[in-house]
Amino acid sequence: MSTRLAKGGRLIDRTAAMDFHFNGKVMRGFAGDTLAAALLANDQMLMGRSFKYHRPRGVVGSGPEEPNALVNLGRGARLEPNQRATTTELFDGLEATSQNHWPSLEFDVGVVNNYAARFMPAGFYYKTFIHPRPFWKHVFEPVIRRAAGLGKAPTEGDADRYEQAYAFCDVLVVGGGVAGLLAAKAAADAGQRVILLEQTATLGGRTPVDEADIDGTPVDTWIAAIESDLRARDNVTIRTRTCGFGVYDHGYVLADERVADHTPGDGRPKHRLWRIRTAKIVTATGAIERPLSFAGNDIPGVMLASAVRDYVVNHAVSPGDRTVIATNNDSAYQTALALKAAGLEVPAILDARDTATGALPEAARAAGIRVLTGRGIAKVKGGKRVTGVAVCTQAGEGAVLEEITCEAVAMSGGWSPVVHLFSHCGGKVKWDDNLSAFIPDASRPPVNHDGSPMVSVVGAAAGCLSLANILAGLRDVSGKTAIRLPDVCQTPDGSVSIPPVWVMPQGAPIQLRSKMWLDYQNDVKVSDVQLASREGYQSVEHTKRYTTLGMATDQGKLSNINGLAVLADSLNEPIPQVGTTTFRPPYTPVTIGALAGESRGEIFQPLRRTPMHEWHEKSGAYFEPVGLWHRPYCFPRAGETHEQAVHREVLNTREKLGLLDASTLGKIIVKGPDAGRFLDMLYTGVMSTLPIGKCRYGLMCNEQGFLSDDGVVARLDEETFLCHTTSGGADRIHAWMEDWLQCEWWDWKVYTANVTEQYAQIAVVGPNARKLLETLGGMDVSKETLPFMQSADGTLGGFPARVYRISFSGELSYEIAVPASQGAAFWEACHKAGASLGAMPYGTEALHVMRAEKGFIMIGDETDGTVIPQDLNLDWAISKKKADYLGKRGQARTFLASPDRWKLVGFDTLDGSAIPDGAYIVADGTNGNGQRNVQGRVTSTYHSPTLKRGIAMGLLKHGPQRMGEVVEFNTIQGETVKARVRDTVFFDKDGEKQNV
Amino acid sequence: MLILTCPYCGIKADETELSPGYEAHLKRFGPDASPEEFEAYMFARKNPKGVHFERWRHAYGCGKWFLAARCTATLEVFGTYPAQVGEPPADIIDKIKARRPDWKGYK
Ligand SMILES: [Zn+2]
Repeated sequence: MSTRLAKGGRLIDRTAAMDFHFNGKVMRGFAGDTLAAALLANDQMLMGRSFKYHRPRGVVGSGPEEPNALVNLGRGARLEPNQRATTTELFDGLEATSQNHWPSLEFDVGVVNNYAARFMPAGFYYKTFIHPRPFWKHVFEPVIRRAAGLGKAPTEGDADRYEQAYAFCDVLVVGGGVAGLLAAKAAADAGQRVILLEQTATLGGRTPVDEADIDGTPVDTWIAAIESDLRARDNVTIRTRTCGFGVYDHGYVLADERVADHTPGDGRPKHRLWRIRTAKIVTATGAIERPLSFAGNDIPGVMLASAVRDYVVNHAVSPGDRTVIATNNDSAYQTALALKAAGLEVPAILDARDTATGALPEAARAAGIRVLTGRGIAKVKGGKRVTGVAVCTQAGEGAVLEEITCEAVAMSGGWSPVVHLFSHCGGKVKWDDNLSAFIPDASRPPVNHDGSPMVSVVGAAAGCLSLANILAGLRDVSGKTAIRLPDVCQTPDGSVSIPPVWVMPQGAPIQLRSKMWLDYQNDVKVSDVQLASREGYQSVEHTKRYTTLGMATDQGKLSNINGLAVLADSLNEPIPQVGTTTFRPPYTPVTIGALAGESRGEIFQPLRRTPMHEWHEKSGAYFEPVGLWHRPYCFPRAGETHEQAVHREVLNTREKLGLLDASTLGKIIVKGPDAGRFLDMLYTGVMSTLPIGKCRYGLMCNEQGFLSDDGVVARLDEETFLCHTTSGGADRIHAWMEDWLQCEWWDWKVYTANVTEQYAQIAVVGPNARKLLETLGGMDVSKETLPFMQSADGTLGGFPARVYRISFSGELSYEIAVPASQGAAFWEACHKAGASLGAMPYGTEALHVMRAEKGFIMIGDETDGTVIPQDLNLDWAISKKKADYLGKRGQARTFLASPDRWKLVGFDTLDGSAIPDGAYIVADGTNGNGQRNVQGRVTSTYHSPTLKRGIAMGLLKHGPQRMGEVVEFNTIQGETVKARVRDTVFFDKDGEKQNV
Repeated sequence: MLILTCPYCGIKADETELSPGYEAHLKRFGPDASPEEFEAYMFARKNPKGVHFERWRHAYGCGKWFLAARCTATLEVFGTYPAQVGEPPADIIDKIKARRPDWKGYK
């Protein structure tokens, strides 16, 4: 049984008891507990199930490296899956459930996989489930989906809020252990602005658990003194519960502060994401202990030696009355001594080394603990928890020498320095034979913008595994208070040596190797990696993906080095030659909420509103997003569907008068002596010859020749043009213009200004359009004075206005621009003046229908980045005389000049229906993939209320030569729609309606 | 996230203030270009691991395009300069040569 000890526990407050629920069971812990510690104190050794075999899983670590003790935390709108019990601070009322079991944690049907394990080796997903094909869909996938998956996805929106903050400093120290504290003090003494981040709630790191004193001062006293010293300084900020999880370019660091994880619902943001820019980074991220690979090393009760020590010392939790230690280094002896000091039994220390003569082994012997060198664990006995171990010689093949009854096994396979942050942004690591670990390569650090080292590493993260080594390195030779920062990395002093022990016993046969877990969460064993290597996997990156080693939520913090060593051994190559996988941010998982911050709901992204937006809202407009704009799609009346509203708006505009808020239309002023010459390069047509006061439709292409934007250009005076762009294209086209002006034709005298938001623009459309303008009064808008494709400045109804006589509907139409500040008033004035003329507002969908009825193209419908103007029969808008324009050379390429291209035509369905959006025109035969051949596709398709039938435009191979031919469009249902090829102008072919 | 100093307004701009414009010092080829010239202009990008010249626009600042010389492998920045030049300025070339003695030159 694991239980709470009567005395001790440096982090817990026994006067503050807390009740919590695990799988519905009420349990009790103390303030200062982690959930894992509290579960162990309640004898809840079984905490989850593994991913593939659903093996029973108990906690193995005591920090962010934990692969097993993952829980669903909270419920409802505060449910979070995959929370590590080892880093979850206990709070009163905490609710957690175990994961990855079905139907229950204690009894799991998936455990059958366990017995089928020999049929599910590395790569089994690839090998097993491919054939027979139908089995995948109907048998394997449903079963796997049912049984697999870590954690439950929440179904409700997150009840909490998150925020983001920015911080700047000279030195950022990540890690608040002794090395980090000393580094922070060194930088602070030098007058630098310092931020110190510590992922746990308390400072000090491992030292308070592992050491008795620092320079004769009790460790906790020493930590408290340096902490209060640092906190008293103006140039130091300390943030606990904050994990610096990623190092990026030029001193950019992201950190996740768990502000209210332990006080849910108290009104504070749950997390705060820090975006820190620092001149220099010091990582003091410590080291993570490695498991040993012996048979049954995944049985609940087998834990890292350091974790056992943490639970005993920090939380006064006993893992069991009897704990056997298995190790290849001295540090695990500290666990034996800590257990002994707590009054618990250590039946034996099994040390894989031939000799153990250091101070700690001697202390263990002096404490009366049985130390067996050259020994290892042949096998752990037990099922859902440890019942004993079988002892063998490390050098042999696993013959059992004796069996020892115990409740827990504390193992130490050495230490892996946490080099993650050093290598996130390009720092290289090197293999250290003395430590059997990767340590930062001080000669190849990540660099800053000026090429100087960006990250320094101190303490255990640099491979300095002894406190003496850390203290000596961070203080000057006099040993006094002065502290110095290393240029790049602290260096290990060689006092700690860890021999490689990758498999225990070294000659273990397959029966044992297939029970040695490397990756607990993903169920990858020593035998799987060996199999992968036999099957030809030589690269660690490939092996990782094939076996899923290190690909679980812990990202291989415990398993990567052991797996790599096993692979290297199988390949008969030294470890550094096989390499290591790349470390990428984040160091620990970061919740999406923290990354999103406040960018959710209404402020997910900026919302652009036209000056008339409020009117639209009051009038019940149904909006659609157009870029960042919200535009009225239609203005439905009571009882109307959107479709009915659109049809009413179209018919009313065609018969009487429609008003459109066209303010989102891009408006770019191009001005200067070379403005005409510049626009001649940008547009496919000629703009320099445009007379003042006239308008001309233009097309813009990219250098590949593909159509990119279109719009009407008006010449305002000799040197000034106003270019209209599509609503979504204004910023892009303005940037495009500036690109060419600044980078290619920088000697041309041209200015541009994007004035889109400076003007409100209203389209007054329909047979009564002129009457409305005359009612407003102030300008002569007659056919004679203001003919089609001309513009004029003046005053309309008292508003300063620029009136363009242009039409995107085929109706008599004026587009009127007024200053944005007067847009809402002018819109109201138009409605007032138009009331007796039958004026109604219309939205974007009516606009689309009317332009399609007239065969006008729409960027984004008729174009998709692969269409040239010639495909759309727009040759009339392309100058043949101009020597050059953007896209001219591109359009001359053979493929684009081919007569076999799909070209724009119109379609009448034989049955009058509307062709489905996105439908292809089928052709005879099938392609190499067995798919039906196609010869074209629909680009715009609507029900025309004007013609009372479906209309469509689309691209068809040799289209214009195939008038009258009947073609077939496919539908999602697998049927086809027959349609006759025709021209693209469905309504008022001669333009009589607009020329009045 | 890179920091590049805008040579126009002098601001040390975060990458989020900038929009990328890919390889710098490309020569435009127009209507008379051969297929090979046009292909090189449109598609053949260097994408080196090492010294590279790029276009950046201070999009959420002064709006100006500028050019940057930097190392794509280490992210070291050798310098930024206005876009209105045909080739990299001599002082930047000198700096790159000093930092990367085996560099083969920008062409
Ligand atoms: Zn600038």
